[in-house]
Amino acid sequence: MAGKTLFDKIWDSHVVTEVEGETLVYVDRLLIHEGSRHSFSMLRDVEMEPYRVEQVFGFADHYMPTETTDGGIPGVKDEKIRGMLELMEKNTAEFGVRNFGFHDPNQGILHVVPPEQGISQPGIVLCGADSHTSTHGAFGSISFGVGASESGHIMATQCLWQQRPSTLRINVEGALPFGVYAKDIILGVIANFGVGIGVGQAIEFAGSCIESMTMEQRMTVCNMTIEAAGRMGMIAPDDTTYEYMDGRPYAPKGTLWDEALEYWQTLPSDEDAVFDREETLDVEQLVPMVTWGTNPGMALPITGIIPSPDEAQDEDQRREIEVALDYMDLRPGMGMAEIEIERVFIGSCTNSRIEDMRAAADVATKGKAKVETWVVPGSRSVKRQAEAEGLDKIFTDAGFEWREPGCSLCTALNGDLLNDGQRCVSTSNRNFRGRQGPNGKTHLASPAMAAAAAITGKLTDVRTLG
Amino acid sequence: MEPFTKLTAIACPFDEINVDTNQLCPTRFNKLPVGDPYLQKVMFHDQRFTRDGERRNTDFVFNREPYTKAQIIVADRNWGIGSSRESAVYAMAAFGIKSVIAVSFGDIHYGNLMKNGLCPVRLSQQACQNLRGQLFDNRGATITVDLKEMKVIAPDGTEFEFDMHPLKRRCLLEGRDDIALTTQYMDNIKTFEAKHHSDKPFMKVQEPE
Repeated sequence: MAGKTLFDKIWDSHVVTEVEGETLVYVDRLLIHEGSRHSFSMLRDVEMEPYRVEQVFGFADHYMPTETTDGGIPGVKDEKIRGMLELMEKNTAEFGVRNFGFHDPNQGILHVVPPEQGISQPGIVLCGADSHTSTHGAFGSISFGVGASESGHIMATQCLWQQRPSTLRINVEGALPFGVYAKDIILGVIANFGVGIGVGQAIEFAGSCIESMTMEQRMTVCNMTIEAAGRMGMIAPDDTTYEYMDGRPYAPKGTLWDEALEYWQTLPSDEDAVFDREETLDVEQLVPMVTWGTNPGMALPITGIIPSPDEAQDEDQRREIEVALDYMDLRPGMGMAEIEIERVFIGSCTNSRIEDMRAAADVATKGKAKVETWVVPGSRSVKRQAEAEGLDKIFTDAGFEWREPGCSLCTALNGDLLNDGQRCVSTSNRNFRGRQGPNGKTHLASPAMAAAAAITGKLTDVRTLG
Repeated sequence: MEPFTKLTAIACPFDEINVDTNQLCPTRFNKLPVGDPYLQKVMFHDQRFTRDGERRNTDFVFNREPYTKAQIIVADRNWGIGSSRESAVYAMAAFGIKSVIAVSFGDIHYGNLMKNGLCPVRLSQQACQNLRGQLFDNRGATITVDLKEMKVIAPDGTEFEFDMHPLKRRCLLEGRDDIALTTQYMDNIKTFEAKHHSDKPFMKVQEPE
């Protein structure tokens, strides 16, 4: 019999029962946020309490103000946004959910805080009321996003009906060239294999490049698995994982840590494990990537040329390219590095951790912002660390705005918006039409590339800044 | 939840690929509660209306008769990718949509459709193209989605069979909310959990010291 994959091992150890081809999967951790109001309403409707409330964690992030938190929730001017923040506090208090809320010293994005707190662990099933929950797969877990009804279902039963996904392994090989980051790898994967490659699949990222990555880099890769339509992304746990986790508040302690470690070491895919599909990406040829279009698969090396609809592989794709060029106000044949921009956003669950702040600050020392540039750390813990390292000072000296933690201009739910039609370089994960504001034009890139664009006012190859 | 068994209704062909849930529900409408009357305008809002919702884009297909009364959408590949927002489905339901036929769906969106009693149907690229072709040629034609027989009947009578996981199908057919279904298995859950936590005590949440 063939060996088991990382995915198989975790899945098989979480099967409660199987009925008519569906599996009732046990969920070890659930992450929710201010948008999860419907999940609480469902509990009220069926007159149920959360079944394992200690396994549910709440976060104030999507609706958090990032300009200032002075004045607390009553200080939030927009009545509807204030209402969402209040509702989260009320719902979590009423049902007894641990909430990293508005006033918590460790408040932050639901994909930044759980790793910091040791809530994200190898071998668990973790669901979140947000598609980027795939982030936590970087720890060697099954982690995926669910809708509001599904998260209500998990609160009520701590389980979810699922169909077993097929498996895909993407082997990322080679050493990261200068100026190339984890963000470029995942943009490269999606651009190479398409936004649909992962439909219905559990994707394991493996290979020498992944093995040599830090946890934060791995999180960036897994975060955007959903942009390849993957059900989840995951990476085998190893010493890098254990070193990162050791001593975090919610991580196992003492003899439990020893037991856990022994178990975690059994999780990586067996040598003879068989995946339904395998692909390889060689990173040594990789160049910093930027998106030009309206989905994350429409990405090119910064040295690239805007494509023509004539390059499309079929009629559907031709139409898609035409619509994207029109929306983005770009013409075929233009060099990527010719595109002038009006805003820069450095933040989001993809790229708002301390290493991202450092990469952006390093570039910020090389010039002054030519356009409005925001830096939004992913959590209060990241913010404290960055300030301890003096990064906030580097940003403000360069004319970048140093803001409070939250999802901010990635989801554009909290009132942070582009002005109508603005063109923005963003370290977030989605360049969908209107995502950052009405008619907003988003170019996704790494924090270093975003900072480079900030100080030049156009898409810029960070490698040329020396 | 209303049961979904068989529906014959006006179907709207929509041939863009990779339609993301940000288009189906622009982010600023995520805060609308289920039942809010404005939800009727939210599906593809920024393509259907000016930002304030005041003026209509009369060129956009869902603003054109007879598609304001469409209950079925025939799409292409990767319908509903992106954000997990269930508000995309609330907006579709508020518009009157009861079923979407596509080559493939974003996984989370597929689940969200199910949970709200909308019937997602996966058909081949060829079948979707064929259906859209017929709908473009016969504006306002109806098609039938028969979940009992698991087939779609095109305007010209051609039948396309589809597949759906039996349990999901049963939930839709019976209009059953699956918390009620799952609570029948509470004993299994408790037994599983006891063993899970005794075999791997470190998987229980460890409160910080």
